[in-house]
Amino acid sequence: MISKEQVAHVAELARLQFSDEELQQFTGQLDEILNMVDQLSEVDTEGVPVTTQSVLLENVMRADEATMVTPRAELMKNVPTEKDGLIQVPAIIDKEDD
Amino acid sequence: MDYFNTSIEQLHQDLLDGKISSTQLTADTFAAIAAKDDKIKAFLALNEDDASKTAAAIDAAGVDSSQILAGIPIAIKDNIVTDGLTTTAASKMLANFVPIYDATVVKKLKDAGMVIVGKLNMDEFAMGSSTENSAMKTTTNAWDHTKVPGGSSGGSAAAVASGEVIAALGSDTGGSIRQPAAFNGIFGFKPSYGRVSRWGLIAFGSSLDAIGTLTRSVRDGAHVLNAIAGADERDTTTVDRNDGDFGINIGKGVKGMKIALPAEYLGEGVDPKVADQIKKAADQLRAMGATVETVSLPHTKYAVPAYYIIASSEASSNLQRFDGIRYGFRAQDVKTLDDVYVRSRSEGFGSEVKRRIMLGTFSLSAGFYDAYFKKAAQVRTLITRDFEKVFADYDLIMGPTTPTTAFGIGAKVTDPLTMYMNDILTIPVNLAGLPAASVNAGFADGMPVGLQLIAKPFAESTIFQAAAAFEDANDYLQQIPGGQN
Repeated sequence: MISKEQVAHVAELARLQFSDEELQQFTGQLDEILNMVDQLSEVDTEGVPVTTQSVLLENVMRADEATMVTPRAELMKNVPTEKDGLIQVPAIIDKEDD
Repeated sequence: MDYFNTSIEQLHQDLLDGKISSTQLTADTFAAIAAKDDKIKAFLALNEDDASKTAAAIDAAGVDSSQILAGIPIAIKDNIVTDGLTTTAASKMLANFVPIYDATVVKKLKDAGMVIVGKLNMDEFAMGSSTENSAMKTTTNAWDHTKVPGGSSGGSAAAVASGEVIAALGSDTGGSIRQPAAFNGIFGFKPSYGRVSRWGLIAFGSSLDAIGTLTRSVRDGAHVLNAIAGADERDTTTVDRNDGDFGINIGKGVKGMKIALPAEYLGEGVDPKVADQIKKAADQLRAMGATVETVSLPHTKYAVPAYYIIASSEASSNLQRFDGIRYGFRAQDVKTLDDVYVRSRSEGFGSEVKRRIMLGTFSLSAGFYDAYFKKAAQVRTLITRDFEKVFADYDLIMGPTTPTTAFGIGAKVTDPLTMYMNDILTIPVNLAGLPAASVNAGFADGMPVGLQLIAKPFAESTIFQAAAAFEDANDYLQQIPGGQN
């Protein structure tokens, strides 16, 4: 049984925030999903290797050649707010820390 | 444009003969979309100006007989980036996102002379089985507008099934091409992992994601797949091999083919009317000269839990990039940088996406990794081995694509677990990286039933061979969504 506190901790790791009501709902849903997932414990996987990809390619190389990169003006097209050609963000250091 | 009574080969011939121009074909396609999309609600963006210009350029240059796709319109699922054309992944997070480059598959379609007409609705970030998780709108099933089109490529499937376009691209992480194809009675093809470049596909589960095709007919699917397949140095999981035309064996029939029917695929949870259509298909394939025998894939029931851990873990990692800084949604009135991340993500993502990010983050977190992620990755090995054993003796595996036909809009959306079980028959294929298709296998209570055909890695042409033979032996392709449109 996953607790509301555990879910709140996972939310913090995932950089998400929930209202108390949402947290309650997510806890219930995640608990149901984890119960379903717990079926996996029936499977004997002693000594079974993991599969993390289906194509067994390793160390795919390409020539180390310089190419023209995307111009800055292009890259800035989807930036929410910019200033002097740079991405603008809120102050990183809190006023209290000044 | 009547896309119900034509094919890519026919349109190509008409273009060569000057019976129609690409400009006319493109204008007719937009007219069909204008007439039908009020009810289907498949399109999120139209590319009218650019498409007309492309068509005019193709008409001016003339269509070459070696370029079968030239001048023919196609639409693209909205998680595949298109230069200068909005790409939202049906998320508030990317509502205003205009890519500055084309995905490799889009570039390949353009190089083949195809005309991109617009972008298609989907479940947000491809997470869902009904397209109800779109932040934009809910697409309807082409056969019954009160039912879901399936998902996540629901817009792609409904647009093709309703005759708005002849072909569309989709993506398939756990069944997202095959399930909506089945629900809409069309042909959906998911290639082998490594066959088609995903560069420019907005990533969900990188070890599972595949780009594939949705078309009414099997032959049309082969033509579009031929254009998008191939190694790409920008997606290092693509495999450098040239197997030629995927449709090379179309017309050869199924005589002598060995087909396996897993007992688990007709088991508990599969609607008896769906199972009946599949048994009928098995009898038909036998009558056509194939051997169809019952086999076992014993780990099938563990595919859904393994998948939800693996796919959600990968998604939680892939979706970290959406932080409100460089592109995408940024929350207003934020005071600190941390606020930008947390509030942008919390306001920009929908609830299914958050649910999966949460499950994935949990599965990868300290103390739970071994019990969840590692265990799922081991079970994945066992599922892959089940398939390998069967493919030692058989050319193909057949079964239903989905346990039921399309369900009602709103029927499952509040219950994530029931929704997840809908993908039980398609998920194992992604875990093992296999090629698979869904081809229409008739109807149950007026709604289409999908026959799934699965092959060993890189044996795509065997699927096209059997699917075309099955399609030719039936009149399902001639049946079009009618009365309720």
